[in-house]
Amino acid sequence: MSDRRVVITGLGALSPLGHDVASTWSALLQGKSGVRHLPADWPADIPAKIAAPVATEPSELMDRVEIRRLDRSEQFALIASREAWKDAGEPAVVSERLGVVIASGIGGVLTLLGAYDVLKEKGARQVSPHTVPMLMPNGPAAHVGIEIGARAGVHTPVSACASGAEAVGYAFEMIRNGRADVVVAGGTEAAIHPLPMAGFANMKALSTRNDDPERASRPYDQDRDGFVLGEGAGILVLELLDHAKARNARIYGEVVGQGLTSDGFHIAAPDPEGTGATRAIQQAIASSGIDSKTIVHLNAHATSTPAGDIAEAGAIAHALGSNAAHVAVSATKSMTGHLLGGAGALESIFTVLALAHRIAPPTINIENLDEKITLDIVRDTPRQLPDGKISALNNSFGFGGHNVALLFSSFEMK
Amino acid sequence: MALTQNEVLAGIREIVEEVAGVDPATIEMGKSFTDDLDVDSLSMVEVVVAAEERFGIKIPDDEVTKMATVGDAVNFIVSAAS
Repeated sequence: MSDRRVVITGLGALSPLGHDVASTWSALLQGKSGVRHLPADWPADIPAKIAAPVATEPSELMDRVEIRRLDRSEQFALIASREAWKDAGEPAVVSERLGVVIASGIGGVLTLLGAYDVLKEKGARQVSPHTVPMLMPNGPAAHVGIEIGARAGVHTPVSACASGAEAVGYAFEMIRNGRADVVVAGGTEAAIHPLPMAGFANMKALSTRNDDPERASRPYDQDRDGFVLGEGAGILVLELLDHAKARNARIYGEVVGQGLTSDGFHIAAPDPEGTGATRAIQQAIASSGIDSKTIVHLNAHATSTPAGDIAEAGAIAHALGSNAAHVAVSATKSMTGHLLGGAGALESIFTVLALAHRIAPPTINIENLDEKITLDIVRDTPRQLPDGKISALNNSFGFGGHNVALLFSSFEMK
Repeated sequence: MALTQNEVLAGIREIVEEVAGVDPATIEMGKSFTDDLDVDSLSMVEVVVAAEERFGIKIPDDEVTKMATVGDAVNFIVSAAS
């Protein structure tokens, strides 16, 4: 195991709950929902008519000319990265030791579909020359890398709804194995559009609780009927501990382990046995070397789908064994909706903040807890976490059978 | 329909402001698109397509490569539209 320890020194977010980390975290602790009705002109034949758009439009947060050259997912990533980088104190780092890993589940789908409309209606000459850089899934990572001059490597893992977590894990590895000292990492997604939503709806993956948007995302409730599509970005600055200490950086917490597995089972359905998810959690713990009794909190993937929530809950119970009874489980998608490739990153931020502030965010909208759920769910209001050294897991799973578990620990300067 | 140099320059100013966010007052005949106005090769394509539409002309690719300055573009468009 590498002796290069990795800490988190900066956070940034643009989410359905807020335009930055502070506003997002505050709304999360208050149990607010970011889910809204879609505009009145939303196609009538798409059964899901609700989503969780970002709380503040990028046009209020960045320059007009920049906006026209960036896909919406790139706008989100740049806005969140600027916040995270500033939050980290704009670390002075040799550019060859600075990396970027920013994921997306789908890439620039709004650009792709918009450009196809232009092609059909106005002809090829009118297709913007910015189209390809805007639709490529690595565009968000590339733009951030160019802005901060990152030359250790710029990467974009793609694993559907596990993408954002995989990016954080990849960044962790880049620092541990010596490729970089500072890495800007996270995920972004902007896919609220009739086409992807028609596709998700036809998979029966989306909630159709259209008459009650704020109550629609309800992980672990017995009447949950699917996820609510969200959008936004979460970005973390990961840094070599020695590098952070040398510049007296404020340290939110430590990344101590990750587990990456695959189901080899089905392109969309979770393995009902949850063995891949179980192994991911077990690997994260085993690779960290920490005492598993310090794990007191878990931010679940829990998207509010009937099958997924149960499969994951079983995996958590199995992986944690008797310790599961001491783990406060939060399903924050009940408030943010599901940011797809942004989810694992935004939820990593929540997990890190939960450790730093010693408070687990609530899970809202559980009216009747599914009787198959035996976990200790944090319901309705936040819960205090214990003093001393504590750790927390963040789970993310993606269509295709991708399983990622990240393990974080509290950090106290000695 | 013939266009004057001033009419074309005014149009180019509007287009470059829209595409690259440059203050129109700084867009003069002698300015280089890439060096002075932050119009890179991709944005230059946007300028050209917008100019074609606005002035009702065609600007062939080999002419675009010769358009280093605002004046080069204005003069080409004036002659192409006459």
